[in-house]
Amino acid sequence: MNIILIAVLALGGIGLVSAVILYFVASKFKVYEDPKIDEVEEILPSANCGGCGFPGCRAFAEATVKKAKDEKNLEGLFCPVGGNEVMQKVGETLELEIEAKDPMIAVVRCNGSHANSPEKVKYEGVTSCSFAHALYAGEGGCQFGCLGLGDCVDACEFDAIHMSDERGLPEVNDKCTACGACVEACPRDIIELRKRGPKEKRIFVSCVNKEKGAVAIKNCSVACIGCGKCEKVCEFDAITITDFLSYINFDKCKLCRKCVEVCPTNSIWEVNFKPRKPKAEKVPKKEPDKIKPAAEGKVAIENNDDNKSKPGEDRK
Amino acid sequence: MGLLKTFKLGGVHPAENKISAQVPIEVLPLPKKVFVPMGQNLGAPSKPLVKKGDEVKTGQLIATAGGFIGSNIHSPVSGKVFKIDVVPDSSGFRRPAVIINVDGDEWMDDIDRSNDIVREIKATPEEIINKVKDAGIVGMGGATFPTQVKLTPPPGKTAEFLIINGVECEPYLTADHRVMMERGEELLIGTHILMRALKVAKGFIGIENNKPDAIAHLTKLAKDYQGIEIVPLKVKYPQGGEKQLIKAVVNREVPSGKLPIEVGCVVQNVGTTLAVYEAVQKNKPLFERVVTVTGKALSKPSNFLVRIGTPIGELVEAAGGLPDDTGKVIGGGPMMGKSLLSMDIPVVKGTSGILLMKRAESHRKPEQSCIRCSKCTYVCPMGLEPYLLSRVSKLGKFDYAEKERIMDCIECGSCQYTCPAAIPLLDYLRLGKNKTGQIIRSRNKK
Repeated sequence: MNIILIAVLALGGIGLVSAVILYFVASKFKVYEDPKIDEVEEILPSANCGGCGFPGCRAFAEATVKKAKDEKNLEGLFCPVGGNEVMQKVGETLELEIEAKDPMIAVVRCNGSHANSPEKVKYEGVTSCSFAHALYAGEGGCQFGCLGLGDCVDACEFDAIHMSDERGLPEVNDKCTACGACVEACPRDIIELRKRGPKEKRIFVSCVNKEKGAVAIKNCSVACIGCGKCEKVCEFDAITITDFLSYINFDKCKLCRKCVEVCPTNSIWEVNFKPRKPKAEKVPKKEPDKIKPAAEGKVAIENNDDNKSKPGEDRK
Repeated sequence: MGLLKTFKLGGVHPAENKISAQVPIEVLPLPKKVFVPMGQNLGAPSKPLVKKGDEVKTGQLIATAGGFIGSNIHSPVSGKVFKIDVVPDSSGFRRPAVIINVDGDEWMDDIDRSNDIVREIKATPEEIINKVKDAGIVGMGGATFPTQVKLTPPPGKTAEFLIINGVECEPYLTADHRVMMERGEELLIGTHILMRALKVAKGFIGIENNKPDAIAHLTKLAKDYQGIEIVPLKVKYPQGGEKQLIKAVVNREVPSGKLPIEVGCVVQNVGTTLAVYEAVQKNKPLFERVVTVTGKALSKPSNFLVRIGTPIGELVEAAGGLPDDTGKVIGGGPMMGKSLLSMDIPVVKGTSGILLMKRAESHRKPEQSCIRCSKCTYVCPMGLEPYLLSRVSKLGKFDYAEKERIMDCIECGSCQYTCPAAIPLLDYLRLGKNKTGQIIRSRNKK
């Protein structure tokens, strides 16, 4: 009995002394952490994708709380995955007004599908775009175009980008959060983050070939040849041509679709627009009556209501 | 023959297939148009000096070195500059090139075109290095490293030995073999010139034992040339690798990440040595080279003396035309060469051979899982672990790859050749090397 009693008392005593020491140490060396960090982290989508530029959601939460405290704004900090909704909530928590940002989406600026850019050589190496890029120009011969080996697909954590077997090109669906992982992964800088646009309507140049038109068109029938027609027709100064390549500034673009009409190689894409009515039909007064009939399959539908992506058809 | 020298670590024995070994070098007729790429050397591409419409003579300087590691380029033909445009290089990327319409073959006046062998070496070491630089000579074994840079050891280092690489360990290729057989004396004079430039007293010519005629021929000739020793070597791939050759010939090991000059050695290729002879003794810049055109299905495997810039299609045509059963056209040898994307790709300073592979041999086997047989580790001549490096490269763990010395890989392909599971080890290693190199460079910049 005695032994048990001694043991219990000794251990209890040690426990008590340790508890007292620990209590004082803990209060002495206490690290103050703003409870708001936890609150903000709770709001964040915890995807830990790094799309915001910080290593994970916790680091982003710390950065936002610090910035809100020091500078009373959250400029330059944005969670691409959560978007405006989440940022608004973060703003509420931190008692700050947040300006809404335009939602973005990753856009694949290459249409060098099997049909448009037929295979000239056969690649048998490993399925890695960055390796293939260092090795050779590409199966179709375009040295700027998509290699179709799916580094972007591997990089995506949101199941938002997939390879289309039929076209041999990646396609982005509605799940895209614009985290930018695919943009980083692509060795040829084909993928760009662009504005989602009103009602998901977008217009962009689906080509990144910087070669002279004659060379570019040899390898791909839908290459941008830098003819400058779109630049001339644009009323909003949204289109610039550098190195024989047209680029549409999405901040200036008003989605008038004039450039799409004039493009001789169909390299400018319109996404999620209603198919244009044929000329013969009566055109409502509001719309300009110069609209030409759209070529068949010209409208690529990227997003559907049921979240399933339908690949944009190849234009012939 | 068990006493023959070779390197110790790893190595493989691919089938030799030296079908064109006994075919004498033939001078290829001039093409109608030449495409002279501006990036023919390792390092900075050259800057063109000519304009559209300029008349050029054979051997005229048409582009200057683009940097310290760069080389001059001379017109391989005489004629009119058609235009300066982009043409696809061996990888299909379009890069700047000077395109010349050939009109006759009028050489620059200061080039000695006679067949006499000039034995007396008058030039001082500095003059030799300047001549080599002006003549635009690069390593002609395939690496295309500018030769003058190799001939100028960094301060504090001195060369002890010169090793001439006559190994030609790549299967099929015979260009160096033919040069040794037909231009033996010039080669030895070239070796003496290089020895003088490096201020060394001892020069070796390493030749693999599958070329007994070349060994006998050069041994006989070398008696008159002081300080040159012919070293027969056991046949083993990749003995032509710089580090392997040094180990085989003088039994010294180049430390990891260091250059051969660290152990007092400078290695030059046979083709390069001949070009040095021609530049110094004959004042002839580098604008032509010997190229092997070979393949099992080819009707006339040949060795051609070709002007730089000739489209490879013309070479294949001269060797009997493209056989129906062609699966792949490779620039270089079967182990390290790269498959070419079109027949319009021009011959460059580093083109040692053109190999036409049959359809059946040209495809890769389907990749299977690693069975941990560790064959790749046994054959790696650099003592690396290819299975591990390929794995970490695939997973993107480049810091680990760097620790495992991925940058020491010489990309010889022995691991991939020997892998029973047909894993594209070399592809992954190249990928890893590429990325790790980028990381190291960006770190060094900081």
